[in-house]
Amino acid sequence: MPKEVLQGTLDLMVLRTLETMGPQHGFGLAKRILQISEGILDLNQGTLYPALLRLEQRRWIKSRWGISDNNRQAKFYELTARGRKQIAEERENWDLTVSLMDRFLKD
Amino acid sequence: MLSRLWNLLRRKKLERELDAEFRYHLDSLEAEYRERGLSPYEARLAARRDFGGVDQIREAYRDQRGIPMLETLWRDIRFSLRSIRRTPAITFSVIATLAIGIGANTTIFSVVNGVLIKPLPFPDPDRLITVSHTAPGVNVADVGSANFLYFTEREQNQTMEGVGLFGLGSSTVTGRGEPEFVRRLFVTSDTLPILGIEPVLGRYFSESDDTPGSPNTLVLSYGYWQRRFGGDPSVIGQSLMLNAEHWTIIGVMPQRFQFIDERLDVITPNRLDRNQVMLGAYFRRSIARLKPGVTLEQASADVARLIPIAIDSFPPIAGTTRELTRNARLAPSLRPLKQDVVGDVGKTLWVLMATIGIVLLIACANVANLILVRTEGRQHELSVRAALGAGWGRIMRELITESAVLSLIGGTLGVGFAYSSLRTLLAIAPANLPRRAEIGLDGTVMLFALGLSLISCLLFSAIPVVRYARPRLNATLHATGRWSSGSREKLRARSLLVVAQVALAIVLLIGAGLMIRTFEQLNDVNPGFSEPGEVQTFQIGIPETRMPDPELTVRKQQEILDRVRAVPGVASAAYMSDVPMSGGTAADLLVPEGKTFGPGEAPRSTQSRFISPGVFSTLRIPLLMGRDMSWTDIYEKRPVVLISENLARAEWGNPEQALGKRLRGSSPTDQLREIIGIVGDVRDRGLNQPVPPTVYYPVFAERVYNIPVYVWRSVTFTIRSPRTGTGAFLDELRNAVWSVDSNLPLVSVRTMSDLLDASMARTSFTLVMLAIAGAMALLLGVIGMYGAISYGISQRTREIGVRIALGAQSRQVQRMFMKQGLLLTASGVAIGLAAAAALTRWMSSLLFEVSPLDPLTYAAVSVVLVLATAIATYLPSRRATHVDPIDSLRAE
Repeated sequence: MPKEVLQGTLDLMVLRTLETMGPQHGFGLAKRILQISEGILDLNQGTLYPALLRLEQRRWIKSRWGISDNNRQAKFYELTARGRKQIAEERENWDLTVSLMDRFLKD
Repeated sequence: MLSRLWNLLRRKKLERELDAEFRYHLDSLEAEYRERGLSPYEARLAARRDFGGVDQIREAYRDQRGIPMLETLWRDIRFSLRSIRRTPAITFSVIATLAIGIGANTTIFSVVNGVLIKPLPFPDPDRLITVSHTAPGVNVADVGSANFLYFTEREQNQTMEGVGLFGLGSSTVTGRGEPEFVRRLFVTSDTLPILGIEPVLGRYFSESDDTPGSPNTLVLSYGYWQRRFGGDPSVIGQSLMLNAEHWTIIGVMPQRFQFIDERLDVITPNRLDRNQVMLGAYFRRSIARLKPGVTLEQASADVARLIPIAIDSFPPIAGTTRELTRNARLAPSLRPLKQDVVGDVGKTLWVLMATIGIVLLIACANVANLILVRTEGRQHELSVRAALGAGWGRIMRELITESAVLSLIGGTLGVGFAYSSLRTLLAIAPANLPRRAEIGLDGTVMLFALGLSLISCLLFSAIPVVRYARPRLNATLHATGRWSSGSREKLRARSLLVVAQVALAIVLLIGAGLMIRTFEQLNDVNPGFSEPGEVQTFQIGIPETRMPDPELTVRKQQEILDRVRAVPGVASAAYMSDVPMSGGTAADLLVPEGKTFGPGEAPRSTQSRFISPGVFSTLRIPLLMGRDMSWTDIYEKRPVVLISENLARAEWGNPEQALGKRLRGSSPTDQLREIIGIVGDVRDRGLNQPVPPTVYYPVFAERVYNIPVYVWRSVTFTIRSPRTGTGAFLDELRNAVWSVDSNLPLVSVRTMSDLLDASMARTSFTLVMLAIAGAMALLLGVIGMYGAISYGISQRTREIGVRIALGAQSRQVQRMFMKQGLLLTASGVAIGLAAAAALTRWMSSLLFEVSPLDPLTYAAVSVVLVLATAIATYLPSRRATHVDPIDSLRAE
């Protein structure tokens, strides 16, 4: 499996994770994404942050400061309505891409 | 985009938040690893490994957050400010040079902008035009308008929204303290509304106010309202005594109203009687507003169509025919109103603008030199930074940012400089500079100053950037080592700058030199009268409403003259319609007795003056032949005239032939008058203008200018006395006048010298400005040369040391540098002379009897420049002879 994450796929992973888990801080998100990818994805966890900022600038997610489980100040991210719509769109795109690639790659 | 900009502003807070977020993440990771049993140290390492390079991620995050270019720009600017503070001497010189250069340009530009560029302060000013006419059939380039043309054009045109006819005059206001002379504008009812501005108080003239026989109504100018009525709003409906008649005030003009740049006090309606209008009465002025979308050409075609209709619609003056008017071949001469307002000052201003622009170019060359020195000093630093990984693009950007910072500081100070120098400039500018009130530092001027700063930045940063911001890592690191002397390449850039400076300085100095020669030539011109400083003049008008009888008026004028003559110290005194060079003029066509005009021939246009006896002896205009007028001639209304010498020669071949001949004006009803004397020519329109042929009529006469009995009412007294110019003398003159009639204000009180100076005001102003620019250019050029030579020597100290050690005489070394300097000067002079020959053609209209290629000026300027640069070369080159070979080698 390539180490590089496909451009755009990380965004979708973050959005989708936020959808299933609800509001989450950066550390929780990173842990969850690595957990789901079960070691396939070799991600520097820090790279998540520029991606989070990018999503926020597109108004797909929003952030606020809150208190974490271990009682510390942490920044929590959550999906916006626009973010949910984006997931639906991306999912459609993804399905299309997959079915297209399937036709080429299947014998 | 906006949120990114916003982020830029709260950078500090965001950085803190980012740190906190990262720390939380790292701490959490570390805690997890510790729970799995790793030592605190191992846990921290593992956490860092999982997270990735904190700095790279932070950098990526910042790029995402802000606008990278803006942030680096800000960083570059701060870096530049730090860096230019490190070389205060150079920074100071650069900023001062730029501030003066940009300031001087901004000053001149604010004048150019206010006078030439800015639109007139009326709505849709581009649609305002002057409706004038030419008459090639009688050789008159501009006959203005006439009543019959005005009525036809106003009633039948298809291209104009309104046509107004106006005239300027003066009146006397009495009944409010001392009698006061006021400037009066006569308008038709359309004239003021055409301009498109509203009165601040009351109303403008209605059609009925402008009808003959209607009550006297009057509008005040804002200035007069403030000055005489203290801005009292209840002034509407009050009465003003104007020329001994009651006038009712109906309105006040707004402050910004300026009519064709004339200073005005009161405005009254023309009240023309259409039924009395005949073919004639030219030299009226007319304005109009074009309909939207109509061009000047279309309007001209429209007026051309109306001229024959106008000639057919009105009766000819008694004794003339329609044919006579047709033969004048009237044609439209329409032009933008702005052109009339601005007049011919444009050329002078553009020459000044170009001149001062050249000064800035020279200043930029000097600044480029300084920047070059500075950058050379930093060469090592730049190379090291490049070696450590700074991109050359980035270094280039830094060099440009630095120049931009310098030029913007210079520009800002320059605007401050312009603010103060503009007052000085306006104080020495000719009094008749148009649109003076509109000159100031407005938005356009600020933009100009900004643009100028940026352009000069590009000019002077180009050389250092091209030279240093490119990858020559090895070469530069090596070259700045100990064993090098100045490279030829470096000197070449410097030499080019010096040559350019010398060339530009030559151009400016030649411009200034030509103006000096013009001034000399003008001073050599004989104005036609002599010792003007001894002649006091003032104007007095006896209104017809106060004294309708012409003969009584003349008697009163003579009575005043007698009282004036009795004032102690008065050598002689006389009076006339307008004194020479005062601008006032009456003109007519001249018809010599018995002369018939064939096809294509036209009567000569002459200037008329109406005089009392004694004018020529008072002004010391030589009486060449015949005799002066006498009071008997005047009171008996004898048909006599005097003429100027040039008229006598042009019409009769020589003065002897002219004496005793008879002539009349253009009107057939005019009386034929005998020429009783020929007088010397007078440069009436200015020293640099051709002498107008002049006819001197008696101040009181019969059948002249188509008027049965004529008296010139507004006359100027000329008084020759050694006491002229003292306050006591003026008081005595005033008392002498008021002892006859205390209701007469003395107007235009000045000496003939004042008039002579005023006629040369534009030339002397241009001269002073060009001289200042030339001096600045010379100084900057010399400084540039001095800098280039001494820098060359400082760079080559080692080489000189070696030469001297090998046996070269110090004299030889000095000669080497002198030769180099003179070579540069010679090339600069050659290029400059060629450029001047090409460029000074543009100022030929400012010159008088001096060729733009005047050899004397060119030679003198070259000598001055060569001498100046020789000194600038000699002084530093002497230092080369003091080089001690041992010291110079050891110092390396």
